[in-house]
Amino acid sequence: MSVTAAEGWVRQAKEQSWLSKLFDWKPFLVVMCLLPALGLLMVFLTYPLGLGIWLAFTDTTIGRSGRWVGIENFEFMIEDPIWWNAVFYSVFYTAVATVGKFGLGLWLALLLNNHLPFKSLLRAIILLPWIVPTVLTAVAFWWIYNPQFSVISYIFIELGLRETNIDFINTAWPARWSLIAANVWRGIPFVAISLLAGLQTISPSLYEAALLDGSSAWQRFRFITFPMLLPILAIVMTFSIIFTFTDFQLVYAITRGGPVNSTHLLATLAFQRGIPGGQLGEGAAIAVSMIPFLVFATLFSYFALARRKWQQGEAND
Amino acid sequence: MATVDIRQVRKAFGSTQILHGVSVAIEDGQFVVLVGPSGCGKSTLLRMLAGLENITGGEIAIGGRVVNNVPPKDRDIAMVFQNYALYPHMTVFQNMAFSMKLAGAPREVMEREVQKAAKILGLEQLLHRFPRQLSGGQRQRVAMGRAIVRNPQVFLFDEPLSNLDAKLRVQMRAEIKELHQRLKVTTVYVTHDQIEAMTMADLIVVMNHGRVEQAGQPLELYDRPANLFVAGFIGSPAMNMMEGRVEGGSFRGPGDVAWPLPLNGAPPPGGEVIYGIRPEHLRLDPEGLPATVHVVEPTGSETQVLMHVGGANLIGAFRERIIAKPGEILKVSPETSLVHLFDKGTGQRVGN
Ligand SMILES: Nc1ncnc2c1ncn2[C@@H]1O[C@H](COP(=O)(O)OP(=O)(O)OP(=O)(O)O)[C@@H](O)[C@H]1O
Ligand SMILES: [Mg+2]
Repeated sequence: MSVTAAEGWVRQAKEQSWLSKLFDWKPFLVVMCLLPALGLLMVFLTYPLGLGIWLAFTDTTIGRSGRWVGIENFEFMIEDPIWWNAVFYSVFYTAVATVGKFGLGLWLALLLNNHLPFKSLLRAIILLPWIVPTVLTAVAFWWIYNPQFSVISYIFIELGLRETNIDFINTAWPARWSLIAANVWRGIPFVAISLLAGLQTISPSLYEAALLDGSSAWQRFRFITFPMLLPILAIVMTFSIIFTFTDFQLVYAITRGGPVNSTHLLATLAFQRGIPGGQLGEGAAIAVSMIPFLVFATLFSYFALARRKWQQGEAND
Repeated sequence: MATVDIRQVRKAFGSTQILHGVSVAIEDGQFVVLVGPSGCGKSTLLRMLAGLENITGGEIAIGGRVVNNVPPKDRDIAMVFQNYALYPHMTVFQNMAFSMKLAGAPREVMEREVQKAAKILGLEQLLHRFPRQLSGGQRQRVAMGRAIVRNPQVFLFDEPLSNLDAKLRVQMRAEIKELHQRLKVTTVYVTHDQIEAMTMADLIVVMNHGRVEQAGQPLELYDRPANLFVAGFIGSPAMNMMEGRVEGGSFRGPGDVAWPLPLNGAPPPGGEVIYGIRPEHLRLDPEGLPATVHVVEPTGSETQVLMHVGGANLIGAFRERIIAKPGEILKVSPETSLVHLFDKGTGQRVGN
């Protein structure tokens, strides 16, 4: 029956339609698959970036499309003491806050890596500063640093340690330090949790082996924990530096760059000039001036701290 | 080199008792193997020797000095971990030299000692490599090198061969034994592989459920197991065991088959006993008991036969090449002098 009918049948190579041929053609497939991603990148990344860079070379203001002015904006910027001030404070802010975040974050991570009672609860609490919206943090710190209603001032005065309210944000240096403190507070959880994850990948038997080899607690940190944590540290630090250097919300919400432009970061200054100030071209130039710093920071952490020789290839266990 | 005395050592994790009074006396230079089923507390005991776990009760003395409260680094012991615990970010040289580096040894001393150990273990060519660039066997050797460099009083090994393939395991087994004969350092070696235990040990300590079932020389355990557990644990294939009673000068096993009893030291009649005979102590005998063949497994050097005698499943290991089909009848009888009898209630050896 069907068996006998099948006997005379010979399998033939089926003629492919032009469509299926097209889809089997690799270059076409590559283009097809890349198109959506490229499109998204163009629209949401390249276009704004390109526009920003283009604006930096024009004298656009709000409400008037500008003309090409070459590097005039940058020339002006270089001579602008406020820009230099912002460069200084951006670098200072990033450096000090990073040191603070990593010092305290590492310390917290090491602490949490031990067997503590209520460990998971503690970890959840540590994460809190990070999950609160930045603006809320900013508002909270704005209150904490408020010249009249500051809690800290209140406590100090109640304890009899001071007579008057502390001036947090109305003079340059106290304002700078206060903002750094707020940034550190907000940044610690990210660092602590990431480093904790890194710490937990270190096999406990390495510590036991080191213990038998006669190490002290400091030596175990110095020769086991630190080198094994370095790769993660590098990545977390790269991110942290980028986020800190480009910080905007905290500073803008608490001091708006004041008093007398002393706490402007490049990001806040760019915004200040570009949007409220209306000088879009100038603001864009300031924003563009952040790029070399960021590239440098990224390259530094990538090459100085990233993957070590012992890590390449398969993991050791 | 030192003696190790473990006296009535107990260990509890929280309210769970893991070790219930373990005592082992280890002589200077002995190779002692702790063996037992998974979870019986071998690693725990070893870690207590190393000082990685505290001691709940009893005493541990190394070289005559009680070390209950001595921190690991002052116990003068070196341990090879099951996963080797090599420092992944250090080269083989750095791994081996780490303990000396911590102690602040000068560079020449480190070079000399590491070279010496590397030579013993055949690692000279690998000193600049990282652990991930080594094979399992090489990592194992580095872990041993790290221990040798320390020149400790006692070596501790926790299942060092369990990650290796069968062939390498046999090779490393011989190497470790040879190393011990060369260095003559007191060694405590944990394994759950009874062949490893039999081949390597001067003294085997069989543990079960946190207790020592029997401690003795390998052949002593094989020839005269003190109880059912040791009898079943030592030897491969395992000893055949049958329940029954002593009656009229013979043992009445399952199916009322009468098995011969050893001539001397047979228990009084009437007792419920367990009759044990090792597979290799069954022999073909025209006057023997009829055994129905179930499975025949030739291994080349011997033939293992799974058979039924009066409802009891027995394994026999015969030197002869047996060509028998399932269902055929073989006549077998035990070597009477090599029969083991155990009390059914207590599991302890009875008779000779
Ligand atoms: N830190 C711990 N906390 C609680 N119980 C533990 C701990 N470590 C081990 N145990 C328990 O102690 C018992 C003995 O463990 P141990 O590691 O000594 O077994 P072992 O004889 O080495 O077994 P294996 O052959 O599987 O390695 C096990 O039941 C284990 O669950
Ligand atoms: Mg174990």
